[in-house]
Amino acid sequence: MTECIMDELRIIEIKKSVFADNDRDANLLREELKQQGVFLLNLMSAPGSGKTTTLIQTINRLKERLRVAVMEADIDSDVDARKMKETTGVESIQLHTGGMCHLDAEMTRQGLAALSLEKTDLVILENVGNLVCPAEFDTGSSANAMILSVPEGDDKPLKYPLMFSVCDLVLINKTDVMPYFDFDLERCKQNILMRNPKATIIPISAKTGEGIDDFAQWLVNEVQNWKK
Amino acid sequence: MHELGIVFYIIRDVKQVAEENHVEHVASVVMDIGEVSTVMPHLLSDCWRWAADKEPMLQGCESEVNTIPAVTWCDGCKSEYPTVAHGRTCPRCGSENTWLLRGNEVEIKEIKV
Repeated sequence: MTECIMDELRIIEIKKSVFADNDRDANLLREELKQQGVFLLNLMSAPGSGKTTTLIQTINRLKERLRVAVMEADIDSDVDARKMKETTGVESIQLHTGGMCHLDAEMTRQGLAALSLEKTDLVILENVGNLVCPAEFDTGSSANAMILSVPEGDDKPLKYPLMFSVCDLVLINKTDVMPYFDFDLERCKQNILMRNPKATIIPISAKTGEGIDDFAQWLVNEVQNWKK
Repeated sequence: MHELGIVFYIIRDVKQVAEENHVEHVASVVMDIGEVSTVMPHLLSDCWRWAADKEPMLQGCESEVNTIPAVTWCDGCKSEYPTVAHGRTCPRCGSENTWLLRGNEVEIKEIKV
């Protein structure tokens, strides 16, 4: 930090990224979760892509193999957390972002504090439905995943490059309605891999169950590796 | 909404720096915002006005934005080109083997007190 005097106003140079504090908090949280053997999946998508339905399907196939808890982040309401609890029976809480379009590491930490982490292998954070802001803020998650649904179009990786480049896993949901949309699965995969060559891509349908076992197995493998 | 979240971070950082420097009131905050950072400067200043006026130390404090032009590097022909005009594809050689050099900044440059 340097200072100089100019026209009666003193200038204090800061030169610091707005995201620096959050990045530091997120790295600290990730390290703590690693030590506790808790895997945190940050699941992102646009509103209406089927996050909640996909999670219910997946958790119902996973809960014999992993101890799962869910944090639902929304600007308001608790419909998702109640639905999750009723349909899967796993521990689920609702986080309110107070009008903000994303969760940050500090809000994630507060949410985790309300869960019984010592009895949990996998925490799934359902982030606010939005393809822009959540990508900017590291939550401290062990891995990032997103859902792109067929009606949104195969060009979304081109329009929201940051979101696709921060995700380890991309689920392409609603494959059952593919015949009704001008959606080219191969072109979509190419668009994703151009942004992020390391991304794992799994086509799914939360409605018919296609691909859900593959997603569940991906989670089991990731959690096992995390606990090593 | 995105900009409001960013404003809250800026306020936290600026208050911390001001307190460390025993400053009672900040006259202006200068930001460096990249052209492709996803932050819209006019929304940032609207959010700034609303949120800053709620903080005694920042009442009336101006926000100034320096826009940092986005520049992409092409690995195909080893040259730079402006990102906003041409996107990911190099206008000289057509290569898509390109990456952003600058233009993604969301930084607090300095404060005037």
